[in-house]
Amino acid sequence: MKQNKFMITLISIMFGLIIGGVVLLIAGFNPIEAYGIMLKGVFGNPKYISWTIIRSTPLILTGMSVAFAFRTGLFNIGAEGQFIIGSLVATLVGYFFKLPPVIHPIVAILAGCLAAALWAGIAGLLKSKFGINEVITTIMLNWTALYFSNYVVFWDKFKRPNRDASQKILESASINILGKWKTSEAGKAFLKTNTFLKDLLNPPLNYGFIIAILVAILILYILKHTTLGYQLKAVGHNKYAAEYGGINIKKNIIVSMMIAGALSGLAGATQVLGVSRETAILAAMEGYGFDGIAVSLIAGNNPIACIPAALLFGGLKYGGGKLQSTIGAPLEVINITIGVIVFFIAMPKLIKMMTSFKVRKRGEKVESIK
Amino acid sequence: MKVLNDIGVIIGITLMYAAPLIYTSLGGVISENSGVVNIGLEGMMTIGAFAGAAVGYFTKNPWLGFLAAGLAGGMLALLHAIACVTFTADHVVSGIAINFIGPGLALFLCKMFFDGAAMTLPLDLDNKIPRPFNGVFPSNSFLNLVFNQYATVYIAFILVLIVWFLLYKTRLGLRIRSVGEHPRAADTLGINVYRVKYIAVILSGIFAGFGGAAMSLAVVSNYRITLISGQGFIALAAMIFGKWKPQGAMWGCLLFGAAQGLTVYLGGAGLGISSQILAMVPYLITLLVLMVFVGESNGPAANGLQYENDKN
Amino acid sequence: MNNIDFNTKVIEMKNITKKFGDFTANDSIDLTVHKGEVHALLGENGAGKTTLMNVLYGLYEPTFGEIYINGNRIEIKNPNVAIKNGIGMVHQHFMLVETFTVVENIILGMETTKSMGIIDMKKATKEVEEISKKYGLHVDPHVKIQDISVGMQQRVEILKALYRGADVLILDEPTAVLTPQEIEEIIQIMKNLTKQGKTIIIITHKLKEIKQSADYCTIIRRGKKIDTVKVDEVTEEDLASMMVGREVSFKVDKKDADVGETILNLDNLVIKDNRNLKAVKELSLELKRGEILGIAGVDGNGQSELIEGITGLRPIESGTVKLNNENITNLTPKEIIEKRLSNIPEDRQKRGLVLDFTVGENIILENYHKEPFSSKGRLNHKKISEYSKELIEKFDIRPRNDKQMARNLSGGNQQKIILAREISNNPDVLIAAQPTRGLDVGAIEYVHKYLIEQRDKGKAVLLISFELDEIMNLSDRIAVIFDGKIVDILDAKNADEKTLGYLMAGGGVKNETK
Repeated sequence: MKQNKFMITLISIMFGLIIGGVVLLIAGFNPIEAYGIMLKGVFGNPKYISWTIIRSTPLILTGMSVAFAFRTGLFNIGAEGQFIIGSLVATLVGYFFKLPPVIHPIVAILAGCLAAALWAGIAGLLKSKFGINEVITTIMLNWTALYFSNYVVFWDKFKRPNRDASQKILESASINILGKWKTSEAGKAFLKTNTFLKDLLNPPLNYGFIIAILVAILILYILKHTTLGYQLKAVGHNKYAAEYGGINIKKNIIVSMMIAGALSGLAGATQVLGVSRETAILAAMEGYGFDGIAVSLIAGNNPIACIPAALLFGGLKYGGGKLQSTIGAPLEVINITIGVIVFFIAMPKLIKMMTSFKVRKRGEKVESIK
Repeated sequence: MKVLNDIGVIIGITLMYAAPLIYTSLGGVISENSGVVNIGLEGMMTIGAFAGAAVGYFTKNPWLGFLAAGLAGGMLALLHAIACVTFTADHVVSGIAINFIGPGLALFLCKMFFDGAAMTLPLDLDNKIPRPFNGVFPSNSFLNLVFNQYATVYIAFILVLIVWFLLYKTRLGLRIRSVGEHPRAADTLGINVYRVKYIAVILSGIFAGFGGAAMSLAVVSNYRITLISGQGFIALAAMIFGKWKPQGAMWGCLLFGAAQGLTVYLGGAGLGISSQILAMVPYLITLLVLMVFVGESNGPAANGLQYENDKN
Repeated sequence: MNNIDFNTKVIEMKNITKKFGDFTANDSIDLTVHKGEVHALLGENGAGKTTLMNVLYGLYEPTFGEIYINGNRIEIKNPNVAIKNGIGMVHQHFMLVETFTVVENIILGMETTKSMGIIDMKKATKEVEEISKKYGLHVDPHVKIQDISVGMQQRVEILKALYRGADVLILDEPTAVLTPQEIEEIIQIMKNLTKQGKTIIIITHKLKEIKQSADYCTIIRRGKKIDTVKVDEVTEEDLASMMVGREVSFKVDKKDADVGETILNLDNLVIKDNRNLKAVKELSLELKRGEILGIAGVDGNGQSELIEGITGLRPIESGTVKLNNENITNLTPKEIIEKRLSNIPEDRQKRGLVLDFTVGENIILENYHKEPFSSKGRLNHKKISEYSKELIEKFDIRPRNDKQMARNLSGGNQQKIILAREISNNPDVLIAAQPTRGLDVGAIEYVHKYLIEQRDKGKAVLLISFELDEIMNLSDRIAVIFDGKIVDILDAKNADEKTLGYLMAGGGVKNETK
């Protein structure tokens, strides 16, 4: 069963890449060249690998956020807004609080998670108290979050003069790996002799990735081995039976939304503390939450599988960015590719049919994917 | 007179903002009444906005653009139908895929046809969707503010009536609703459930495409990356708000449009309220209205369920 | 009988085999039905009777076999072909669109239209009224299905078939949800129809009705045809043993009740339904230790709301529920379970089980938060597995695998999981709602045995069932519910079907005594 699901995902990814190639071909580009550029763009230099990881980190977390809510039968379209709230609050704490290193980022991250959890909790509360569909509320909350964040960034004590962004966080709040050392004399001297490490560390590599992996394990543990996970899954699979068995559905809906929110908030916080160091004024959604939905779907709503799924997604996006600068192919081909992957993942029946057809044609008796 | 004119301004903006949402929302109503959840409205609307603006620009005929938008939305919807109806895909997952493919394709094509630009070249003002009552009322009068709208606004309201008639008074409508409520019952009566669903989903794409074009050919005069961002979802929300009925969805869109109108008006009134705070208002009002007046609402009984006739 | 034209074989099914994957639902079945006869198909749940009729109606294509209608070989690829050849089917679960009106449901798929596909509602209504007059099936054409009784809905289903010109009507378990009086009505309707030249096939597992209504009976067991018999020439016992393949005793063996003190006290309960209307109206009832109290009634008279109210799933507007003299009104489901009131829910797949959980996970559904299954919020998978294996063994749940998904078990074994879970809670009061619905004879006997065992242990059982036979066989006292009230309570020994049917249809309301 599990292996089949994995195969379906792999086949879907293959189809996505093929159809992306066909789109490029129709548009007059050489798809093989294009994919070569992308591969080189991801693996060609330690620097690129770092960037891919950095790009993927928030997607692991927003992906898990969506996946976790899905497990409880909730559709969290609101990862986007929770991400915004998480990054805003982490920036505020990172800039205004004066705390020692290590403590500072921890406080900033926790504050970001908490704020985003409360934000998502609104949707949970409205669902359990008034029965309002969480899809609507989270969509509304996304836009509210965006404008609210902009409003706070416009605050004159917070806004960086002449820039469409907030002040930068203090150095003590940074979660960059060897961030200080990199720019110190000793570090510079060392890195001069070791180009691999120099390249690897050149981008703002940070602890976010490690945090994301640890959190994925934690989430898996919660789902598999705790009574909380048992309750949440029971509600997700069959809320009527859960209610009958004495499980408090309303509470679980709120808890589930809050955990999902905390995960998206964590994504926002690590992004600020590790990469952007500021909150920008947004004209439109950045898409971390929506991309997280795709990641979750590619990962089959499994928190651990969100890691490779996000790496794939981040790799495609980062590598795809190189297409435009080299051969002038619009990088949107990546969104099309991702869409096609998700599209095929939605249709296991089609893939089953195709594989069983192949089997029949060859006339061999091979187990088709079930 | 100032007050009356102010109200005119607000109503005018309301109608302008509501129209694209109404098209898209009606699309949602048709699709979901047939039992296919259409979260891909956003993607269909976006491809429509691009196709409308591009065809409108090249042919210099907004109506050709408008039709092309419907066609583009309908083609994307066909994909959704193939996935959900024929291959029993999870409707939400397929819809999410559509929301990647639609905007991705729109921007991809835009860059191909417009030398790498992330927006289409604007239409000449003469080539936009016409305003049938332009010059009929004295300029700056209340009536002019309210009624001097693009033709797409009027068409939107006419379509509300047509969709209502279609759903509740015609054979196709009865069948659409029956497959959304109880597909097995329809199947046992010899109705081709799959075909009815295909028709409904494709219609929904056409409507969403129109909605996109109502933005790119009337409200503004080109397509750009941020043009649609989120309106398909708002239309979806309006549909749920309207309890899956065409007239209800219309009211939902008008409510949202009115909140926008009020926001624009207050922003221009120089009251010193932060524009960012104002921008939040429509979303907060929608939330509040949902909380106070709507609460739990359930769509068609078999909405979102995969249907397979178990012939074999 | 005198309506049968033996020269006309309306339906001839020859050698019909239907396989689903490896499972053979119908194994070379032959069936011949003459014009004007009422032909019963008898078999247990899952024997393959409905499958056979779905083949005849074009919902399934047979793997092998041929179908002749009036002597002509027809390939019935879909219901349209069946309808065209004069076959109509009334499914057990009605195929009606709840939100549509009677007329809309009847014309669906064969709409009378003016130009441009616009429905001619006036003409359609007239046509429907004509047919309903012709066959004596009176309904109000403009009400919505969700607002009419089950008996009415059945009429609509029959009208639907007749509107399509059906000469052969297949009725799947037509009496399953009707009151005794309504059953008499439907039997009368069937007689009327055969008089007018129609042919009827009824699918059923109720022997008494076959005796009352059918001319011929074909018995199917495990996908195979056992025999076709003339109903006049066999007894109910003959039919039963042919159906099950062994001797069956209808009587449930039980000792006399040893009734103790009152344990559950319902006082003036008012409970609302989903539409916010009062479904339970000042209902009072006492349940005593050592007895099975059956609640007889037609579906939709407040039974579901009553159970949900007592078990904490639905708010009680007013009145009190006392368990062991302790007020448990409007406690949470969890608290009520802790007070030792358990419930076998009426819809086992919706309420009773998380189908995507394993058998083991389902067994701990009410106790997952307690030692030894968990401590400090951590599940103890080992203990859960040990305990479930023990219950699986004790209650004979098959397959013997606690890691199997509940979804993959048969209906009978699913019910055993619930039974195992609820009885192991060692409740003082067990509410059993439709505990045997959809189960085969073996599983039914099994469930009944456990209910009686509870009673004999000095516990109390509240049995809610739409099957009057079940109520009469198991109960010590029978309370009849009508329109949200208990209209009368009878001693089971003195209760007969006629009286109960009369009460269930509201007959006792006028002479209600306090």
